[in-house]
Amino acid sequence: MPSFAARAGAWLIVVAVLAFLIGATPAAAFCGFYVGKADAGLFNEASQVILVRREGKTVISMANDYKGALTEFALVVPVPKVLGRDQIHIGDRKLFERIDAYSAPRLAEYFDPDPCILMKSRAIGGLNAPMSASVAKEEARRDKALGVIVEAAYTVGEYDIVMLSAKQSDGLETWLVENGYRIPKGASAALKPYVRQNMKFFVAKVNLKEQAKTGVAYLRPLQFAFESEKFMLPVRLGMLNAKGPQDLVLYVLTPQGRVETTNYRTVKLPANMDLPTFVRGEFPQTYKALFDTHAAREDYRAIFTEYFWDMGWCDPCAADPLTPDELRQAGVFWLGPQANARGGGQPVMLTRLHLRYTRESLPEDLVFQETADRQNFQARYVLRHPWTGDPASCSAAPAYFEEVARRQEREAATLASLTGWDVNAIRAKMALAPQPANRWWDVLWK
Amino acid sequence: MEVTSAHVATGATGAPGSRLRAALPCDARLYQIAFQAVLLTVGVLVRDFALDPRQMLLTFAAGLVTQWLWLKALDLEHKGALSALITCFGLSLLLRSDTLWVHPLAAVIAISAKFLLRVNGKHVFNPANLGVIMALVLLPGAWVSPGQWGNDVALAGWFVALGGLVTQRARRWDISWVFLAAWLGLVAMRVLWLGQPWTIFLHQFTNGGLLLFAFFMISDPMTIPNRRSARIGYAILVAALAFAWQFALFRTSGFLWALFLASPLVPLIDWRWPGEKFNWRREAMPDNAGGR
Repeated sequence: MPSFAARAGAWLIVVAVLAFLIGATPAAAFCGFYVGKADAGLFNEASQVILVRREGKTVISMANDYKGALTEFALVVPVPKVLGRDQIHIGDRKLFERIDAYSAPRLAEYFDPDPCILMKSRAIGGLNAPMSASVAKEEARRDKALGVIVEAAYTVGEYDIVMLSAKQSDGLETWLVENGYRIPKGASAALKPYVRQNMKFFVAKVNLKEQAKTGVAYLRPLQFAFESEKFMLPVRLGMLNAKGPQDLVLYVLTPQGRVETTNYRTVKLPANMDLPTFVRGEFPQTYKALFDTHAAREDYRAIFTEYFWDMGWCDPCAADPLTPDELRQAGVFWLGPQANARGGGQPVMLTRLHLRYTRESLPEDLVFQETADRQNFQARYVLRHPWTGDPASCSAAPAYFEEVARRQEREAATLASLTGWDVNAIRAKMALAPQPANRWWDVLWK
Repeated sequence: MEVTSAHVATGATGAPGSRLRAALPCDARLYQIAFQAVLLTVGVLVRDFALDPRQMLLTFAAGLVTQWLWLKALDLEHKGALSALITCFGLSLLLRSDTLWVHPLAAVIAISAKFLLRVNGKHVFNPANLGVIMALVLLPGAWVSPGQWGNDVALAGWFVALGGLVTQRARRWDISWVFLAAWLGLVAMRVLWLGQPWTIFLHQFTNGGLLLFAFFMISDPMTIPNRRSARIGYAILVAALAFAWQFALFRTSGFLWALFLASPLVPLIDWRWPGEKFNWRREAMPDNAGGR
C-alpha cells in the first residue's frame, strides 16, 4: 500500500492508534469469575487475555481492571493441572497496553495530489492472618469431607493463591463459601463440567499487605505457564456475574499462522474501506459503532479477527512491534537469547480476536486451532483528503472534483452500512450538497 | 467406481409415489452437484469463506483434466466427469489455503488416488476426504476451518433437507442417519456425564460441518461397505473414532480424520461380510432399494 501511495504522490500518515476498548472501559476481567463478598462491583464486561501457545506449551496472561474493594476481589480459573509456584507470575500491565496499541484497529490517511500536476506528468495511477495448628487441622478435615483438596498455596505478588482439586462441584461451592468467597448464583452447575474433567482450580484473592507494597492502586496481571493438549479458553465461568453482553479481546501469539476458533465461526471484520474524513476526529466512536453493528448482526455468535501479522513488522505501524524482551514477558518462550530488536530466531505471529458474547450465544468454551494461514490482515480504515485547489486551475480540475463528489457519496454510504448510522446525518456532517430528491414522478409531466 | 453419464428415467418405475421421482434425473450425483454448488455459493457469499475464486477455478481445472487423463489412459472414456466435479466441490467447500497451488495439487492427488487405490473395483478413499487429508499432511499452507459454517439453526435445517434428498436418491441413506445418531448419542452422553447445559448438545447438533460430512461425505456409496448391517457398524465406528479424536485427543477436524483412518477397513469388511455392490445407475431404480 505505501508503494502505491508513494507512486501516486500521496503521503501517508498513520493518524491514530486506538488503545481503547469497546465500552470505553479500560481493559478488564478474566476468564474466570469475580467472586465478591458483596454485590457491589461484581461487574465485568470486557476482558483482555494474552494466549501464547506452541506444541502444547501454553502461557496465559490475564489483565485486570477490577474496580471494587480489594478485600472483595477473588478469582476462580479452571486449569488443567496443579500449578507450581514458579508457573505463576505477575505481569506488567504495560504489556497489555503495548500489544493493544500495536494491534488496534487503525486509520490511515492519504492526501490527494494536485490533479493539475498529475495531468502534466501523466505518470500516475493512483487469605491473611496466620492460624493456629489445631484450627488448621480442623479445616483440613472439613476440606476432606467436602471432597476439596488444597493442593498448594502461595503468595505471589499481591495475590494469595490456592490450587484446589475437587471431587464434587457442590463440595467446591461449599468450600468457597465457607472460606469467605461469595459465589454467584449458579456457580456449582457451572463448575461441574470442570470438576468432572478433573481440572484443578486456581483461586486467588488479594493480600492487602503485599498489595500495599506494590505501590500501585491497581491489580497487576496474573500469568500462568502450563502444558496441555487442549488449546482452549474457559470463558463460561466468567458469564456467571455478567449482566449483559461481554467483550473479550484475545491476543494469541503462535509460531506458525493465524489462529481461529474451531467451534464458532471466525470472521474478519470488514476493513480497508474508504471513510469520510470527519472520522479522523471520532474514530473510537466510529469503530465502536462498527463493532456493535457487526456483533449484533452475527447474533453474538461469531468471533472477529481484528489483526493478524508477523510480530516482526507492520504496515502501517500503529505502534512499534513488541521487542523480544516484551515478547518474552508476554510468555513467548521460543525466542532464543540471540533474538535482537530486528527479530531473529522463530517468528511470532499475533492474532487479535475480539468477541462479544452472551450466555446464550456462547454455550461452549472457546476451542482454537492454529492454521497455516499467513496472510496479513488488519482492521484498517482509510481517509482520503481531497485536493483543495481551485476548480478553475486546469482542465483536469472539474473532472477531479466530480469524481471527489462521487467518492464522498460512496464514503457516506460505506460508513452508514458499517455503523448503522443514518446516511443523511453523515452527509450533513460531511457538508455534502443536498442530493436531488430523484422522485420518479418528477420526470413524468415535464 | 461406476461413472455413468446422467440420464433421465423414462417412467420405468412402479413404486408408490414414484411419479415425481421418475420425472427427475436418476443419477443422484446430479443432485449432489447442484446442492454442493448452492452450499458453496452460500458459503462464499454469506459465511465469507476464505476462498479465492482463482483457487476454485484451479481446483476444477486440475480435477477435470486429471479425470480426463486417467479415463483416456485406462480407456474408460465412456465414463463421465460427475464424480470429479463432486470431488472438486468437496475440496472447495473444505480446504483452505493462502496459496494458489494447494487446491489444484489436492485435486490431482484426490482424483488420481481414485484410479490408483482400488480394491475389488471400488476406490478405497473418498476422493475429497483423501485430498484434504493429504493437503493437511503434505502441503504447507493448507488448513481446514471446522467452525466456518457456524451454528445457524436455519442453515442446519437446510443441510438436513438437501442432504436427505441426495442420500435418498443414492439409496444409502442409512449410513448418514446412523452416523448422525451415533455421533449425537456420544455427544449427549458427554453432556450428561459432564453435567453441561443442553445448549452444548444443540450447539453440536447445529454444526454445519457435521451435517455436511454426514450427508455429503460419509454417504459416498462407493467408499462404504456394501452390506447394510456392515454399513451401520461402519458408521458407528467412524463416529466413535471422530469422538475420540476430538474429545480424548483434543484434535481438530475429527470427522475428516476418522473417515480417512476407517476407509482402509472397508475392503476388509466387504470381504468378510459381502453385499451387492453399488451402481449409480441401477440404484436409481426403486426395485433395487437397499442395495443388499
